Order: sequence, then structure tokens, then C-alpha cells
Amino acid sequence: MADVDVAPVLATRREEAMGFLEKMVSKGLGWARKYSLFTYPFATACCGMEYMSVAAARYDIARFGAEFPRFSPRQADLLMVVGTINLKQAPILKRVYEQMCEPKWVVSFGVCASSGGFYDNYAVLQGIDRILPVDVYIPGCPPRPEQVLDGLILLQEKIAGQRHKLVDRSPESPSQAQPGRNYKRTGPPPLEEGFH
Amino acid sequence: MENAPDIEGELEAHLQSKNLVINMGPSHPAMHGTVRMKIELEGETIVRADPEIGFLHRGFQKSCENVTWAQCLPYTDRLNYVSALMNNFGYLSAVEALIGLEIPERAKFIRVIGSELHRMNDHLTCVGAVGLELGGFSAFLYAIEARELITDRVNELTGARLTTSFGRVGGLNRDLPPGWIDKVLKTLDKVAELRAEVEGLLTRNRIFVDRMRGTGLITTPDALDYGFTGPCLRACGVNYDIRKQHPYWVYDQLDFEVPVGQNGDNFDRYLVRVEELKQCDRIIRQAIAKLPAGPVIIDDWRIALPPKQDVYNTIEGVMSHFKLIMEGVQVPAGEVYHCTEAANGELGWYLVSSGAGHPYKVHVRAPGFPILAGVPRMIEGKMLADLVPTFDTINMIGGEVEQ
Amino acid sequence: MSKVALDTLSVKLSQPFVERYFDRSGAEWGVVHPNALVEVVSALKHDPGLDFKLFGSMDAVDRLMLPEPHPRFEVVYLIRSIPLNDVIRLKVRVAELQGEVPELPSITPVYQGANWWERFIWDFYGIRFRGHPDLRRILMYEEFKGHPLRKDYPLRGRQGLLPERPIKDIYRGPGTSSVV
Repeated sequence: MADVDVAPVLATRREEAMGFLEKMVSKGLGWARKYSLFTYPFATACCGMEYMSVAAARYDIARFGAEFPRFSPRQADLLMVVGTINLKQAPILKRVYEQMCEPKWVVSFGVCASSGGFYDNYAVLQGIDRILPVDVYIPGCPPRPEQVLDGLILLQEKIAGQRHKLVDRSPESPSQAQPGRNYKRTGPPPLEEGFH
Repeated sequence: MENAPDIEGELEAHLQSKNLVINMGPSHPAMHGTVRMKIELEGETIVRADPEIGFLHRGFQKSCENVTWAQCLPYTDRLNYVSALMNNFGYLSAVEALIGLEIPERAKFIRVIGSELHRMNDHLTCVGAVGLELGGFSAFLYAIEARELITDRVNELTGARLTTSFGRVGGLNRDLPPGWIDKVLKTLDKVAELRAEVEGLLTRNRIFVDRMRGTGLITTPDALDYGFTGPCLRACGVNYDIRKQHPYWVYDQLDFEVPVGQNGDNFDRYLVRVEELKQCDRIIRQAIAKLPAGPVIIDDWRIALPPKQDVYNTIEGVMSHFKLIMEGVQVPAGEVYHCTEAANGELGWYLVSSGAGHPYKVHVRAPGFPILAGVPRMIEGKMLADLVPTFDTINMIGGEVEQ
Repeated sequence: MSKVALDTLSVKLSQPFVERYFDRSGAEWGVVHPNALVEVVSALKHDPGLDFKLFGSMDAVDRLMLPEPHPRFEVVYLIRSIPLNDVIRLKVRVAELQGEVPELPSITPVYQGANWWERFIWDFYGIRFRGHPDLRRILMYEEFKGHPLRKDYPLRGRQGLLPERPIKDIYRGPGTSSVV
């Protein structure tokens, strides 16, 4: 849009128009994304047992559209870090996170993942937010399934409120401080070009 | 197609091939959390396997050495998190052996009931997971539903679904909740139904049997040499169960059998676990029938917390409460090795006390540790696909193996 | 407990034990000299009258903070016999000499099960086992320096492998995760 030379008044109107369109697109994308979360359960410890309960028949995470665990980071958009991450595991977690495509979200499941829990010792990473950005923290040791579902709903609200774009031309932020905000796509020119 | 014979010759010719090294885990659905297997393959045959563990090492021993004896209890929950009660009670028994303490009869019975409930929990999880990973998702759902019922009962008893921290040195911190016994009996009926359902889905299922029978074999001398205990050893035909050999608590008053396998393969390990589920059912029913009345914790304020009434109203109660909380139980200096039969085998504790309120050394002999060490022996020379059921039936739990 | 086995060993071998004593639960322990260890353990396993075939476990104790801290390390062996229905409790004392890594003979050639436990002890206490086929760290990573279960290793001596993001830790402040 920047290379098109237009009068300021006209540009404002078009920006307004585009803003409206973008908002609608963003809302639609957000709605679609929040109900089709593909989870990557990075299950390491005790919380994994509660994750099993959440996924099984009684609590049934499928009701919230996060049914199918994908054990490949490339096919997942929600990284659930379930359980203690120690310093030996941390580089692996980081690599799994980096392999996931944007947009991606991270849920820290249980206190060990959130802050190290009561394992304040030589072996354990004191919270995964020291190595990757986290969207929702679920406390509990381990959290009850209801709590996990609550955390999932919180994440869905967060996703719905985020700005989603079909195309994002903003310069790549090296820190990736806010996952999910920048949806980047490389490849063929995007649809939006057709509008003007 | 003029050179057809030549092409055929080429097809039959020996191909230049080299061994392929692949990496399973540490984040792999079949690796139960956090084991990394470096596997050298020739075709689909495993030439060499090298398990690398430690991705869930949480400094159990060091943490325990820095807190009081009672505060170690939550750390023990998280060793084998599928059957936390057995870890709690095993640890407490070891501490009691170190003090030289006899706990009340009722507490012993409740410990048996709790342990057996969690043994069922552990076996159900294992059996369900075997079904899941061999492609039978419905067996998993039935097993998990049965597990949920047990978890509910444990929840009512201890206040936590998974990490129970139940029991105190000298007995238990609370008695059974009212009406709990009836609920347990109903739960047992329902669990038996679900167990039959799981069994019906798996035990005579052709695909399941073909994947399980004859895979993951280990000979008896090897199993002993590596230090296998529990269902994995019994599947090899060794009748060895600490509940029978060195009866602790009240196991000598209860009538139960120890199922023993024959071949030491995956299918026998599975069968032993299913059979043990039935025996657990028997033990719990007997223990409930024999459950005596009486206190659940010893009446010694140097070891057990005084009742709240006394803490609020007497100076002695306040003092002993304060000292127990701030300084911990004063365990005399010395050492002890004590073991109980956990779901996966011998759970041993070697404790050293320096006479202070906190442990000097807490060694835990996790049953899964030697069994995992024996996995390369079980799968080397076998197909890669055999690794998955083998890994399932040994029921390796990251928390206890990697401490 | 253990008495029969310890007596049999005392008869069969010349002077296998430096000391025998009873622990808090009334079980008897035998303290073995490091040089006699392999001989004692082989006798335990292969002697038909003893038949200690089921390997239990091993661990070490760092005596640094105890009233008598010398020799510094004790390595504990627990081995079971199914026919005798017994556990034998053995102990080897090993000193840490100035500037030297404490060493013991490995019993892995006798018991396969000792393999991982010896790696465990090497990892956490830094006791080297002579003749072990593959003495690597088992639970900690290779980059880790020191032996965390030694009493002089700090509880929070974290040695991170990754650079950390700047985060607000309201309790400990940032960057404490890698302090040795």
C-alpha cells in the first residue's frame, strides 16, 4: 500500500475502509482459529496423567475444539508444555517451539512449567517463560481437568481478541515477543492485492 | 524391456546398505514422556539401542536433603505419579523403620487399601496405554474411565486427584471420610466391569496377541541380573513378591495369589498385570471386611502432630506443633534399607539420618530404573515395531526412573 | 537378616569384611575392603549355597557433613537372594585423596544391573569405577560441571544450556536461573 501515491483524504478513507475489512477478516480468522486448536502436548511428567484425563471421555477436551493431539510440531499451533522442564530438556523444548509455524500459542500446564514449582534446585528450569513466550499459565500441581479447560477457554478468548491478518508486511520482529500477533506468509502475492 | 533378465539379476543383487541410526524421543508419543532412544537399524532390525534418560531429572535426592522428613512426602508423590499413595506409604514405612515405630492397626489396613487402589490405577493406565499405542483407542477409554473412578475415591480420601501426599510418620493424617467404604465397594464393581470390557477387547484380539506374544523377550537369568522386580520379573516365571516374601503392614492376614507368567514376553507381562488387577480387588474387599476401629495415628507428640483441639488450648500442644513444623520429626541417627512392593516392583528406600530434623540421604530404588536398563537386551536383534509394546508393558514412569 | 549370608562369606573367604555392624532396623551390614569387593560379589552370585542372583541397587553417601567425615564416600550395595529370601547389605568406604578422583572396582562384569547404578554414582558423586564398560553421565548432561549430590555442591547451582529471556521474576529477580 505504501508505494501507491494517493491524495491524503482519499488515503484516510481507504484506510478506514481497509481497517473495517481487516477487522472483519481478523474476527473471522480469530473465530476459526480459536475453535480449531491443534495441540502439541509436550508431556513430560505428572501433569501428563492429568492431560490424559482431560483428553479422555469424561472431561473431553474435544468439546472445545482442541481435540486432536498432533505429535508433530509442524502440524500444531498450540504448544502445551505439560510438566517439569529441566535444564537438559530446555533446548529440546525451544527447538520444538521454533519448529512450529505461526500463528502459535503456548500454554504452560502446571506450576513446574510455569515457575519451576517446588523444584527450586540445580536441575530444573525455573519456568518456561525464561526461554519462550507463554500465553496462558495454568497453575496447580497438577491442575485439575476443570482448570485446564478453564485455561483453554481463556486462551480462546485471547485468540479471539488478537489481531489476525491474512497477510502481514510488518518487518520481522527478531524477538517474537508476541506469538500469534504476526501472521507471516511467504510465497505467492496475497489476495489483498486485487482490491486496489 | 529387452534386458529383463539383467534387471531381475539386479533386483536380486546384494544391495549396498549401511546401518541407519535413528533417534526416538525425547519427545515422541511412544516414548512415554522423556526417554531418548538412539537406535541403530539394519533394515528394520534393531542392531543396537542406547536409551538416554535424565530429561525429567528433578533433583529428588538433593531436594529431600534440604527439607524436613515430613516435607519429603510431596516429593515422593511425584516419583511414580500414577501410584502416588504407594510411594507415600513406602517412604513413611522406611522412616518408621528408621525410628523403630509400630503404627496402629487401622492405619495399616487403610495403607493396604490405598496402596491396592493405586496399584489398580497403575495397572489400568499401563494396560490402557498398551491398547492405545497398538491402535486400540477404545480399550484406552475404558481403562481411563475405570481410572477416573479410582481417582475420584482417592480424591475423597486424600483431597487430591493425583499427588496425594497422604499419610504422616506414625500413621495417617486423617481417617476415612464417612460413606467412603460403600463408594469404594461400588467403584470396585464398576471397575471390574470395565476391566472385563478392556480384557474382552484385548486379550483374545488377534492383532494385539500377534504384536505382543514373543516380543520383548527376556530370559529369567537376565531379568534377575538386571534387577527386574514386580510384574516384569513375575512374567518370567519367578514367584517373587515382597508382599508374600517379607509381609509388611497386614499383607500376611490377607488371602491373595501372586500371578506368575511363563515366557517373560510382552503378552505375559500384560496378563500378569490384568491378573493382578483381580487380586487387588480381592485384597481391598478383604481389607475392608477386616478393617478394625481405632486411631489412625500414634499418640506421640514428638512424632505425630497433636490434635487441633490441643494445639489451640494447651501449651504442650502448641510447643510440639511448632517444633514438628519448624524442625521436623527428630529421627535418631542411623541408616536403614526398607522396601515395599510397588506397582512396578520393589520400591526400596535407603535412608541415612544424621540425627537432625531433615534427612541426610534419601536413596530411592525405583523399580523402573533397572527395568529400563534391561530394555536394550530385550529389543536388540528384534524389529523396530516391537519396541513400542515392549516400552509399554515395562511401564516405565519418568518421574521415578529419572528421580 | 543378612546374617547367614555374611557368616557364610566369612567362612568361605579369608577376611572379606573390615567390619560388621547392625543398623536401626536390626539388619546386619558388612563393610568390604575395595580390593576384596569383586571377589565377595562373585562369590555371592556364583556360590550355590548363597545364590544372590537378583541385583537390588547401589548408591553412595557423601559423609562430608556427618560427625566423622573420613573416609568421605561410602558406596552401598544391596543384593537379593530369592532362595534365601534375604537382602545382603554391603558397604565399601572410599576416601577422596587430594586432587584425585575416588576410584572403585566396577562390579558390572558380575552383575549387569550395576551398570546404570555405577553411571548414576559417577554422575552424582564423581566416584569412578575401574573397568566399567561405558562410564558416562546418566541423568545430567555432558556439559554439566561438578557432581550435584556431593554435599559441597550448592542446591541451586543451575548451569543452563540456553540464554534466558529477560523476564520479571518478582520473587528472585531475573537471571538467577544460571547462578552456580
